[in-house]
Amino acid sequence: MLNFVDTVGEAVAGIKDGSTVMIGGFGNAGQPFELIDALMDCGATDLTVVNNNAGQGDQGLALLIKEGRVRKMICSFPRQSDSWHFDTKYRAGEIELELVPQGNLAERIRAAGAGIGGFFTPTGYGTMLAEGKETRVIDGRGQVFETPIHADVALIKALKADGRGNLVYRKTARNFGPIMAAAAKHTVVQVAEIVPTGGLDPEIIVTPGIYVNSIVKVA
Amino acid sequence: MSSTQTSIQTSEKPLGRDDLARLVARDIKPGSFVNLGIGQPTLVSNYLEPEQNITLHTENGMLGMGPEATGDQIDGDLINAGKIPVTELPGASYFHHADSFAIMRGGHLDICVLGAFQVSATGDLANWHTGAPDAIPAVGGAMDLATGAKDVFVMMTLLTREGVSKLVETCTYPLTGIGCVTRVYTDKAVFLTGPDGVEVRETFGCTLAELQAMVPVPLKAASAVGS
Repeated sequence: MLNFVDTVGEAVAGIKDGSTVMIGGFGNAGQPFELIDALMDCGATDLTVVNNNAGQGDQGLALLIKEGRVRKMICSFPRQSDSWHFDTKYRAGEIELELVPQGNLAERIRAAGAGIGGFFTPTGYGTMLAEGKETRVIDGRGQVFETPIHADVALIKALKADGRGNLVYRKTARNFGPIMAAAAKHTVVQVAEIVPTGGLDPEIIVTPGIYVNSIVKVA
Repeated sequence: MSSTQTSIQTSEKPLGRDDLARLVARDIKPGSFVNLGIGQPTLVSNYLEPEQNITLHTENGMLGMGPEATGDQIDGDLINAGKIPVTELPGASYFHHADSFAIMRGGHLDICVLGAFQVSATGDLANWHTGAPDAIPAVGGAMDLATGAKDVFVMMTLLTREGVSKLVETCTYPLTGIGCVTRVYTDKAVFLTGPDGVEVRETFGCTLAELQAMVPVPLKAASAVGS
């Protein structure tokens, strides 16, 4: 069911301790900062977070990690020049890391949303990131079996929503939004603008409203 | 033998980073779809000519990427894989992450250009992790690019700061991909790698014999220069 809520606090109110939370964004583009701040304020802890990175600087996901609210990160690129909060927790053994090649991360999220039980891919074959995984030679190439990544909640950012929850994005801020919206049981979207039903051309809608549960406008 | 050596030495001096980037740009076939990795490979974009009609892909969801943004062009929603603000060219398109990686993984990119710690004689690539016990591993899209693009070009200095060859018999750093590298552009030579070993297309500031003395894998002159 689709709800339009007035505050980011209401939007994240149902997130329970121990949840798996997908957070959109690549770097700062598409990162739903206001929803992450609300997740911080709501107190949920023992979280597994799926994001491309593991937080930057002293904001957003980096603060959730700093405060010890994240038990495990599933990501492709945790180490950055300003990922000091993750680095500290990781070196102290206080956060678990599942490192995933970025294309496998995207495809595993997509697979979850599409009801696919897993797939074979050449990415990572013969590397330490495939250790312990099932492999098969298909069409003469070694391939690795990868499983879907499901989530309880996705927090994403889009440009506009209409009254049916259909979404459009802006430039490279689209990144993980559409696939995370489909992969999570409950998808929360922050948008810059809500337009009336019929106000978005059906031909240009990127995420159909069927994947969206909760929308909040953030100025 | 001596005539072969002189025929493949095309420069009196080793190449600088910009000269190497210019060489890689010249070797990209017109009309290609190309992904340039973070760091030195990004320099290649400075030397692509409009008449080459090259389309640049960035893994965070765009084809038709333009030059780095400056001044009023800077837009936080329009960045490249290195998270640097960029511009869009006419005919650009945006897509989500799974589609962007399907472009790589599905074999649709003609060329990717990557940096490397080591490349083996048979084209194995190591470029994502030193394996040091205190290092925090981060892989990003390197494995997808290495296994997905039709051709993988590496740009690197031939030797480490300590003078050790990065072109090796077997990689000692953790692998990114197996048998994926097709060409290695270095300051001292261009190497063609494949299942049959390493051929040298051209040398810069050294003869083939001098190059062989630096590199612990058997080298032979490429049969056709410019291949």
